[in-house]
Amino acid sequence: MKFGILVNEGPYTHQASDSAYLFAKAAIDQGHEIYRIFFYHDGVNNGTRLATPPQDDRHIPNRWSELAKEHNLDLVLCVAAAQRRGMVDPDEMKRNKKDADNIADNFRISGLGQLIEAGIQADRLITFGD
Amino acid sequence: MEEEAQSGVIKKFLYINRRAPHGTIYAHEALEVVLIGAAFEQDVSMAFLDDGVFQLKKDQNTDQISTKNFTKTFSALEMYDVEKLYVEKESLDERGISADDLAVDVKIISSDEMKQLITDSEVILNF
Repeated sequence: MKFGILVNEGPYTHQASDSAYLFAKAAIDQGHEIYRIFFYHDGVNNGTRLATPPQDDRHIPNRWSELAKEHNLDLVLCVAAAQRRGMVDPDEMKRNKKDADNIADNFRISGLGQLIEAGIQADRLITFGD
Repeated sequence: MEEEAQSGVIKKFLYINRRAPHGTIYAHEALEVVLIGAAFEQDVSMAFLDDGVFQLKKDQNTDQISTKNFTKTFSALEMYDVEKLYVEKESLDERGISADDLAVDVKIISSDEMKQLITDSEVILNF
């Protein structure tokens, strides 16, 4: 089956991002396809490369990056949500004249159309949020 | 900026709004999804239940809380061909809201009909 995944909460405060990660991993392990993982609302904060969680805790952003690298996943942060919350890739940095970018490897920033498209193209769109 | 899906597939999208309009950003950002999604020419319905029914209340004023009064946009949904708005009767009754209190034309349906609407939908986005 082809899954689209929507993550609506940021890392650590809510379990939603952990559950989405575990779901994606389990789906891939069982031979399913992940069409796209879209991050919305505070979910865009999963894409920061500046997080430094304690050594004995899971590193949620890095974990997403590694899963994406390993399985060639499409991790998309909503541009409107990202701009509000200060998630910036090199293009956005230039466009909005910021002095830094902070997006983790294998994430990209794009529009809400990517979420709608995932809903259309995937067999199931699964939401993780509160 | 947004690319339209060229697949020609039309699915039944249902946007479910369950939260109050203010206090969190969910309702506001949900409406942004609906507006962008309108360009994809899908079969779109919106459902309002629980505290989500407050989103449709007329004459809202956010001047004192320094947020954008995005609820005005509900009146413009028709221009985006988003015309199927469903509100759960039980949620209205529990909150003492009548159809006259709402800013837009909606279809008021029962909880059982709401269940059927959800069952019949293919892509459900819950905010």
